[in-house]
Order: sequence, then structure tokens, then C-alpha cells
Amino acid sequence: MNKKQKNLLIRIIIAAVFFVPLYLISEDIVHVDMPGWALILLFLVPYLTVGYDILRKALLGIKNGKVFDECFLMTVATVGAIALGEYGEGVAVMLLYQVGELFQSYAVGKSRRNISELMDIRPDYANIESEDGTLERVDPDEVEAGSIIVVQPGEKVPIDGIVVEGASALNTAALTGESKPREVGVDDDVLSGSINMSGVLKIRTTAEFDESTASKILDLVENAASRKSKSENFISKFARVYTPFVCYAALALALVPPLFMLLTKVGMAGYASAGALWRDWILRACTFLVISCPCAVVISIPLSFFAGIGGASNQGILVKGSNYLETLSEVTTVAFDKTGTITKGNFEVTAVHHSSIDESKLLEYAALAECHSSHPISLSLKKAYGKHIDPKRVTELEEISGHGIVAKVDGTAVAVGNEKLMNRRGIAFHRCHHVGTIIHMAVAGEYAGHIVIADELKEHSREAMAQLRKAGVEKTVMLTGDAEAVAAAVAKEVGLTDYRAELLPQDKVACVEELLRECTGNKKLAFVGDGINDAPVLSRADIGIAMGALGSDAAIEAADIVLMDDDPIKIAKAIRISRKCLGIVKQNIAFALVVKAVCLVLGALGLANMWVAIIADVGVMILAVLNAIRCLFVKNL
Amino acid sequence: MKKTYKIEVDCANCANLMEEAAKKTAGVKDCVVSFMTLKMKVEFEEGADPAAVMQEVRANCKKVEDDCEIFL
Repeated sequence: MNKKQKNLLIRIIIAAVFFVPLYLISEDIVHVDMPGWALILLFLVPYLTVGYDILRKALLGIKNGKVFDECFLMTVATVGAIALGEYGEGVAVMLLYQVGELFQSYAVGKSRRNISELMDIRPDYANIESEDGTLERVDPDEVEAGSIIVVQPGEKVPIDGIVVEGASALNTAALTGESKPREVGVDDDVLSGSINMSGVLKIRTTAEFDESTASKILDLVENAASRKSKSENFISKFARVYTPFVCYAALALALVPPLFMLLTKVGMAGYASAGALWRDWILRACTFLVISCPCAVVISIPLSFFAGIGGASNQGILVKGSNYLETLSEVTTVAFDKTGTITKGNFEVTAVHHSSIDESKLLEYAALAECHSSHPISLSLKKAYGKHIDPKRVTELEEISGHGIVAKVDGTAVAVGNEKLMNRRGIAFHRCHHVGTIIHMAVAGEYAGHIVIADELKEHSREAMAQLRKAGVEKTVMLTGDAEAVAAAVAKEVGLTDYRAELLPQDKVACVEELLRECTGNKKLAFVGDGINDAPVLSRADIGIAMGALGSDAAIEAADIVLMDDDPIKIAKAIRISRKCLGIVKQNIAFALVVKAVCLVLGALGLANMWVAIIADVGVMILAVLNAIRCLFVKNL
Repeated sequence: MKKTYKIEVDCANCANLMEEAAKKTAGVKDCVVSFMTLKMKVEFEEGADPAAVMQEVRANCKKVEDDCEIFL
């Protein structure tokens, strides 16, 4: 508790100690003889102790022309009640109102701290080694890019960099939500925010502190709360209209019915005198004012979103604003880029078929012929060959664009390429029924077999699709530049509902636009990409999700939601988190509005007194705040 | 130009009031107050002097919510 809160708590306790005996006396439960004016004066002690700041704010509000705030409502209601002789109720309302304020302030402060702790990746210092070998602690802000810093076991890596000395295991859980430690050695990249677990690391920084991953993530999450959702905007607009409305309604309630009754003499039989009539209706109006405080809803909505965003970031899911969390909960179609999201994006030789010569010899020819290319396919051929490649063995190399490569390896003519190349050279070949990229080979003019290269599926791709379906996603569509057959096979294996194959990068935007047209009403489309080359699509979709984006600035910039690791299962998790969060928001709005509406009606009819009103008000607020905090618990969702 | 300021305020509705007050201040193009992070993000009009404008913003915020604070 901070000083202000402690202060308020002490005032509440003092006021309560005074209030209880006074209340018993005023209700004649304990009989003490004292004049009426003495009782009023005594009641003013707890009233002013607990409520003086509210009265002061109300007066300041009137002075500054801002009449309709809660302090004004509370002041009018309680002063009205006391003036009408309901001392007990008047003081109790002020007391309970302050209890509610204290609770709210405490709960919000506590959850703010909890959430910040979840995201506690801000490094406090960096170690720089001075010339005599001693370590000096400096502010990470002062470390220039290219400096050497030392990270000891148990410390946070303060700045992004490359390991120059040492080896260790890093805990990246705070960044990615992945609990398995990452092994690093010399020349490996390390990201700020990860925790060094075992060995001492010397790191050459590659960025300044502000540009480092940890700073960027913190910045992103902290700014997330400033992109407000529709629910939040709705509530703040609602509060703006609601409070003045209730004030005028209260005024009308105090004046219109009694005047009407006095003029028409209808219903006057129930009242002893005109004075009793006025008293009754003014009290009803005061009750009305007590119910009208809008804070319960106003506080619980942003708190829910903030807790949801905090909980998600703890799981390695960065949401850039409450509005995105809201949209994500309405997603019914998810479009995927294939490479890097469903598949790993590293091509590997998976088979060699119909080889007339030894398989390893065939691979050797292929790797040598492709020795000068850096295409992913060539790289995978070289990787499969695995031995040193001497480019001098290759002569007369000719690359035929869109077909393949023709060259002489150790003097033997070798042709490596697709079906078109074989057709062009008039070589009969076997079609392959396997899925993947097929490299046909001809050695010395004879067909020598083909090599199958395929992209591996990610471990969790299948399960991810199943979970998406369970989470209520109706359509999962894969967009890829691959051939029809490859796309169909992947789609079937993973369990996608649809796919679009042979797309050029610009076609993907058109595809997403077409899918967007199919999403009518509240249905929303999410696009998942790896952040490489798909920035336009990411920004075109209702929600752009970039995955495996740790350290990729372009992706973080273009996407609305960033998955820190590249596990597709996190997509379903993100959707579940957003649904839970939005569910809680809706519960709170509905609950608070219904309770308030019921109380307003009961108050107007004279069925609810001030006690009921204030307990309903504070109770709704406490329940709404507690409910909002549930958004934070998303770990096992 | 955008700048972020730390603020202190007690209730969510008061934060909304501060946001409105700041938006109405001359020289402020847009303003977002986040009650959860206790931050105020102000976008200034072209050519406005942030320091002078923020004094105004603070004065206007104090009018609507007397015990709020903006740390300049």
C-alpha cells in the first residue's frame, strides 16, 4: 500500500469506530439521552473524517465548471440524506464509498505490479570489463554498440549481441514462453532479456540498449494499453452520457412526482403531510445518485485487457493493443503462409529414386554442379552431400534459368534440373509421385534418377490446426507459391480446410482480399506469416500474426500480434486468451449495467434505500475488478 | 511529435477526464491516457513547444481532477 492508501485506510477505521456506536444510538437500539443537534454534530465527525476530500473535490469541480463527477454525486446524495435527518445512511454511504475506492486503488495497483513482474525483462545494469580485469557495473543505456560486455551466471543479458567467448545455457522463457534452455557458444546470437544460467559469457553488443529486443518488447507491451478497444471506447462514451443523465433524472425524481401529487391530489393518502411527501422523494433521488457512480465498469474494462495482454506476453505472445485482442477473439478464418509457419522452411533431401549409379555418387554430382548457387535447393543438396566441395572439379558450367544447371564434373557431362530441362535435352525420365521439389539428373546423357527435396512440417502443425478448429476457427487456408501437388499433400496432412497454390507474392494480397470478402458481419480474418516478404499481407488482414519473429524488426513493425517462438500451437492459444478476455469484459459490462439498472428502478420506486444502493455499487465494483484479474491467468488455457 | 509522460491518478474515470482535458488543450493534436500503465502519450501540433503546452495540459488536468499529477 502506498502512503495515500494507508492514509485512507486509517481515516476509514477511525470513521468506522465513531460511526457504529452513533448509528446504534440514532436507531434507538442503544438508548442514550442527548439532544438532536448533539447527535448531528457527533455524526459530522466520522463524516468529515472519511469524506472531506470528496467534498473538497466536489466544490473544486463546481468551481471549475466540471459538475457531474462522482464526488459531486456522492456529496449531493450524502448531504441530502443528512439534511433530511437520515444521518446514519448519509455517513454510511460516504464510508462505504471510500472503502470501495480504497479497494479499487489497491487492487489496481497490485495487478499493475503483478503484470509488470510478469514482463520483468528490463535489465538493470551491464558489466564492462576494465583493463585490469575487474568488472564494472554501468547503466546499459551508456553501452555503445560494438562494446564487449560480460554476463555472469544468473544475470540477465542486457543488450543484444554475439558471443565472443564462453558457452552457456540461456533461459529465454521471459521472451518466448519456451521453458527449454537454449545452448549458446561462440558466434551465436544472444538476445537481451534472456537469463544466463551456467557459464560466463563475453558478448560483443550489436545494438544500443534502446534498440535491443528487451527494450523493444517492453515498449511494445507498455504502449499496447494506449490502443483502446471498442469496448473501452464504448464505456468511456457511456460514462460521459450516463452520469449527467442520472443527475437530471434524480432532479426530476425529486421534483416531478411530488409536484404532480400535490397538484392532482393523487396518491396523497399515503403521506402524513406535504413535508413527508417531499422528504420521501428527495431521499429516493439521493439513492438514485448513489447508484449512478460509473467507476465499476470504467475500471474493470481496461484492467481486463491489460491483464490479458500481460498474461499473453508471459506466454510469448505479444499483442500490440487491446483493439487487436478484441478483433482476435472474432477470428473465424486463419490464412497461413506455408513456409516458416506450417513448415520449418529448411529444405532437405528426403529421397533418391531410380538411381542408375550409386546414390552418394549421384548426390556428389548434384552438389558439385550446384556449387556456385545459393538457392535453398542447392544449399540442401550441398548439405546432403556433406563433404567438402572443390569448385575446380566443375567446368563448362551453364545455368539455364527456370530449368536447371548443365556442367561437366570431373569431365563427365551432368544435367541437374526439373522436367523441362530433361525435355529440352531429350532425355526420358521417370515422374515422381513423391511430394516436394524433384531434381532430375542426367549423367553423360543418360537419365540417372531423381532427388526429392521437401520442406519438413513443424512438429505441432497438425495439432495446431486441430486446436484452431476446437477454438472455433471455421476456415484454415494455406497460401503458398509451391506447386499444386505439394500444397494439396501438405494441406491434407496437416488438416487444413483449404489451400491456394502457385501464388506469386503479390497474389497473396489478392487472395487475402478475396477471403476478406467472404468474412461478413463479425467474422474476422487473421493472416499468419513468418514476417519475411509478407508485410503487405500482414497489414492487409484484419489481424496480422508474425511468428518466430524474435529479433526481426520488419515483422514486429508490420504485425499486430507477434509470436516470439515459431510454434504454430501458439496461434490457437492466442485466440483462446482473447476469447477468455473478451468474455470477461462482456460479463463485467453486462453484470454492472444490469445491477445498476435494477437498482435505479428499485430506487425510483422507493423499494431500495441508500444502504442497498451503496452496497450494490461497491459490491459490483469489487466483483468486476476480481473478475477482470482472472484475465491474467492464461498459462494453462 | 509524440512524447510520453508518466502520470499519477487514482481512478479510471479520472484518467478518461484527463485525456479529454488534454485533448482540448491548444497545441495538442492527440492524447491517449493509459490508466493501467499510468502513462500519457501526447502528440503535439506542428511547431508547438512541448514544454509550454505540457504546462497548459497539466493545468487543465488539475482542473478536472485535482489530485492528478503529470511528471514533466
